[in-house]
Amino acid sequence: MVSIKGGEYIPLYGRDSMKVKINDFLMDVYPVTNKEYIDFVKKYPKWQKSKVIKLFADESYLRAWKSDTILGENQKEQSPITQVSWFAAKEYCECQGKRLPTVDEWEYVAMANKTIPDARKEKEYNAFILGWYEKPKTFNQTIGSTFKNYWNVYDLHGLVWEWTSDFNSVLISGESRKDVDTDNNLFCGSAAINATDLMNYAAFMRYAIRGSLKAKYTMKNLGFRCVKDNKK
Amino acid sequence: MKIFKYILVLMVTITTLSSCNKAASKESSTVAYQCPMKCEGDKVYAAEGSCPVCEMKLRPTSKIVKKVLSTMISDESIFNLTSKWNTQDDKEIELKELKGKTLVMVMIYTTCKAACPRLTADMRNIEEKIPTDLKNDVEFVLVSIDPINDTPKKLKEFAKENFLAGNQWTLLQGTESGVREFANVLAVKYKQISPLDFSHSNIISVFNPEGELVHQQEGLGVDNKETIKKIIETIKAY
Repeated sequence: MVSIKGGEYIPLYGRDSMKVKINDFLMDVYPVTNKEYIDFVKKYPKWQKSKVIKLFADESYLRAWKSDTILGENQKEQSPITQVSWFAAKEYCECQGKRLPTVDEWEYVAMANKTIPDARKEKEYNAFILGWYEKPKTFNQTIGSTFKNYWNVYDLHGLVWEWTSDFNSVLISGESRKDVDTDNNLFCGSAAINATDLMNYAAFMRYAIRGSLKAKYTMKNLGFRCVKDNKK
Repeated sequence: MKIFKYILVLMVTITTLSSCNKAASKESSTVAYQCPMKCEGDKVYAAEGSCPVCEMKLRPTSKIVKKVLSTMISDESIFNLTSKWNTQDDKEIELKELKGKTLVMVMIYTTCKAACPRLTADMRNIEEKIPTDLKNDVEFVLVSIDPINDTPKKLKEFAKENFLAGNQWTLLQGTESGVREFANVLAVKYKQISPLDFSHSNIISVFNPEGELVHQQEGLGVDNKETIKKIIETIKAY
């Protein structure tokens, strides 16, 4: 893990659309790998694909695996684990004495490029992310195959999407009268009009995908990494 | 002479909750049958059949328990969640202690000025429309999405102010991660947007006595006919 110096930033969707304060914390350098997840399910069999309960994961949980503890033929040990539910990711982190990052923590670290902590205004930064979103099957790559960012964290963009602890935050602020009905609208991009920075389309895509998830869903290109509070 | 077909007397153990926050106590009950005309007074029969005097079909004196609650928790049950909660009476419980009753659940927070009073009113309206003889079989649960501010004491006051003081009401304070997890099970979305303000989905969920989701009502002040129908169906199925 590497330490992330906290600070303030204005997220795409935030509290009062204002600055959000981030405390210092530690973040995994890489997303959790297939190998690490195998070790986890060996130790905690209730998360093996034949044993996981329906409340916590849908049918495609670890679908590509050959068996409860063996990867599929084309899967690499050092590729990021995907097709895991939020419940599984949450428990994985907790079993390591860690937790899932909040959306704000994740976005805060992910707005860095190789050299500066907030690269969101940089053309190349956005072009890289959007370019990745168009690329198929990047989840087959191995961890560390993208770039090391300002915080020494790899693969926040370019490999897999990642679960966050509060992915189920609603996008619209205020007391929404029918906020449960807006997923479709959000996904089509209409809500981006409310975004604090219209340039930030890539981030908007992430919020949209989070908004469309349910905690037991699993996706081929959705993995996770853990963080930890920085206790002094 | 009529031959009465005797079927096995169904011995069932129902887990009842004497009140929303007391630990489950076990109680066994036998289903009894009675002539609707009361030809022989209050005489009860141990099995189904017809009355030997008027030959009318015997009716159960109490609700028949059609399904025996399994001691196992199913794959889809919210009783799989092991998070700890505090009730408005400051008792620590796990969700599985609510097993045995049909559950109507909603997520709210007490400082909410706009949606929650409506949601709470929706819950009260639903509760009022449940027939009196079924009221004991249903539990109304309000889960706070603001565990930092909504202490058991706060929840107790909120319950009083909002006429939720009866035994059928339970208000729960969880941990932040427990609340997040529970919201995820309900597919309720919420986000804190200022210290005392959250935006959140407005969903009332109905669970059967085994903790499996059977119905969700979305929106505020919506027609709750369907929800009430589902609650009554669920109560009667158990």
